[in-house]
Amino acid sequence: MTNVAIRVENLSKRYRIGLQEEIHDSLAVAVADFVRRPMSNLRRLRRLARFSEDDDRVEDIIWALKDISFEVEQGQVVGIIGPNGAGKTTLLRILSRITEPTRGRAEVHGRVSSLLEVGTGFHPELTGRENVYLNGTILGMTKAEITRKFREIVEFSGVEKFIDTPIKRYSSGMRVRLAFSVAAYLDPEILLVDEVLAVGDVAFQRKCLGKMGDVVHQQGRTILFVSHNMGSIRQLCPTCLWIEGGRIRQFGDSSEVVNNYLSDQERESTEKTEITYEEDLEKDFQVRSVRIVDEDGDPSRNFDCDKPVFIDVVCQVRQPVPHLYGYLSVSRTDGIQMMEADSFDAPPNPLDSLPPGTYLLRIAIPPRTLGHGDYELYLSFSSKFSSNDFNVDIPGTVGSFHLDDFISKRGNRRQGFFSTLLRWEILREKPASFESVDVVREG
Amino acid sequence: MTDLGAHGDVNHVTTIEPRSGWRLVDFRELWHYRDLLFFLVWRSIKAFYAQSILGIGWALIRPVFSMIIFTVVFGKLARVGSDGVPYAIFSYTALVPWTYFSTALTSATTSLVTGAGMLTKVYFPRLIIPLAPVLARLVDFFIALLLVFVLMAWFRMAPTIWALTLPFLIVVMMLTAAGLGMWLTALAVQYRDIKHAIGFVAQLLMYASPVVYPTSLIPPQFRLLYGLNPMTGVIEGFRSALLGTNPMPWDLLAVGGGVAIFLALTGALYLLRKERIFADVV
Repeated sequence: MTNVAIRVENLSKRYRIGLQEEIHDSLAVAVADFVRRPMSNLRRLRRLARFSEDDDRVEDIIWALKDISFEVEQGQVVGIIGPNGAGKTTLLRILSRITEPTRGRAEVHGRVSSLLEVGTGFHPELTGRENVYLNGTILGMTKAEITRKFREIVEFSGVEKFIDTPIKRYSSGMRVRLAFSVAAYLDPEILLVDEVLAVGDVAFQRKCLGKMGDVVHQQGRTILFVSHNMGSIRQLCPTCLWIEGGRIRQFGDSSEVVNNYLSDQERESTEKTEITYEEDLEKDFQVRSVRIVDEDGDPSRNFDCDKPVFIDVVCQVRQPVPHLYGYLSVSRTDGIQMMEADSFDAPPNPLDSLPPGTYLLRIAIPPRTLGHGDYELYLSFSSKFSSNDFNVDIPGTVGSFHLDDFISKRGNRRQGFFSTLLRWEILREKPASFESVDVVREG
Repeated sequence: MTDLGAHGDVNHVTTIEPRSGWRLVDFRELWHYRDLLFFLVWRSIKAFYAQSILGIGWALIRPVFSMIIFTVVFGKLARVGSDGVPYAIFSYTALVPWTYFSTALTSATTSLVTGAGMLTKVYFPRLIIPLAPVLARLVDFFIALLLVFVLMAWFRMAPTIWALTLPFLIVVMMLTAAGLGMWLTALAVQYRDIKHAIGFVAQLLMYASPVVYPTSLIPPQFRLLYGLNPMTGVIEGFRSALLGTNPMPWDLLAVGGGVAIFLALTGALYLLRKERIFADVV
């Protein structure tokens, strides 16, 4: 019979989002509200920590965790995965006693340290040495314990030279390294680690992961490790807990859980590749659905720069619209417009006076056009004969897709806007014009 | 090797479940975190005077300048009585405990909100946070206290035998600041109004304490009511012990000491009761 380190039974946690601001539409309302404000503010602030039974119907309540039960044995290293807002951090917060559960219970056997961030309590005016002690004691170590490990901690961080300098003079990298080093020398039976390894330089991260790995394999410590990095989950954690929407989706062997999680994520993002529109009989021409598909006609969000991206638009014509044309704009997710195109750019314009019926319009973005990255598509249809000031139908933003560059040498690190592969060529014979240039130079 | 504190025991089982109602102070746990208290006090002291030209000199500037202004306004212009000693030393002797009280109270009140980053990231007994400034401000207090003795030498005055009661007076002073500070900081987590109000409330409280005037101005029938403010007994006690203006005000100290203990106990209990929601509402 193995020993249980953490036992969680029907754990639930409820939060009130609360404190939404009301919007005033006139000065009079704002003034009246200002007078009533203190009372309503008092009610709102009191409610933040109060719940009643009928609250389940109220919309500003969310269940960050709902009926979570699982057990972790001593020495087990468990990865916790799930999309943002799944409840991963809430679970760690409850287990580390930062916040209380709303229902259910958990039992923790042994000394717990939680690393929800590194460098908690760091003060810029204190020296590196003072901050090591402060941060260490916040994490539950005693002064004597830190003194014993001090040299190792400082050596590990690599900031020995500056240990008696106020850390406000440190670079942010140095600060993170020092903070990590304190954390790396924590010595609890149970370690709860949130996504803290997401910061700091890669080499140092690897060093910390290595140190964590050592600890895991040698000392039989129990670790719960939240991460979005499936690589480090697979590498460090034999067991994995997948949480989504505050509930457990799967708990078990890491490679299996991670695979299921990834394929689930994939499926979800593919579902979003189609957008549909309600029928509107007022419109002579209307877009009914838009899908982004690959060359096999399968919906996708992720494309290879070497493959075309197709935008399939299902449109319905009720009355032929003279001079109808389509407009497409491709923007990067940071808002920079990369490309505009109109359906009459290369005649014939296929939309002009199209007879009634339902059509599949396909727009192709050829391979090696846009650089790697994320893009958004904007679509509209117009005609100068439209009764409505040119506008015929404006679906607007219809979807987004991602491009990866696998072929070019620099791949996804290639700078710039295009993925075009340029032709580099040695022309065997020097062109005549060059000779004249040479002559001029020599002369 | 792990340490053998309250949490060093491998078989130590922590049960986490919803709690409600009042809890008692867990002194074992508090003791385990004593080093944290020490470093928070150190941080508070060092950060307070970091990158300033006068540094710790500020501990003197506040009470000295207040003394000068009060001596001119209340001593010379308004001719407020000073129990037969020069008004300057009369007011300075009061300003030393008062300055401690108001700065400790203000920093304790804002402590939990200022430390919100720690509240939401790590568990440790929350009680430590408001206690740190209460201890840290003692450094300023003792520096300012030294100047009382310099002034006494200047005015050729000797402390009375009651100077031996100073440690007791200091404890009452600290209990008051800590007690009120714990109440207000726990409230301020949820209601930020406290944070905005504390500055001028501290100023108003000064006029409810015998800082610029002597207690002898208070009609006798209101004396004990006045003594409900623990700082009344503390300030009059300082004057009696050092300047010998009046006999030790034991009546005021009994009432005020009782209130101080009451504030400290209820403050700690209230903070512990509210502790479980801090991370959620801060």
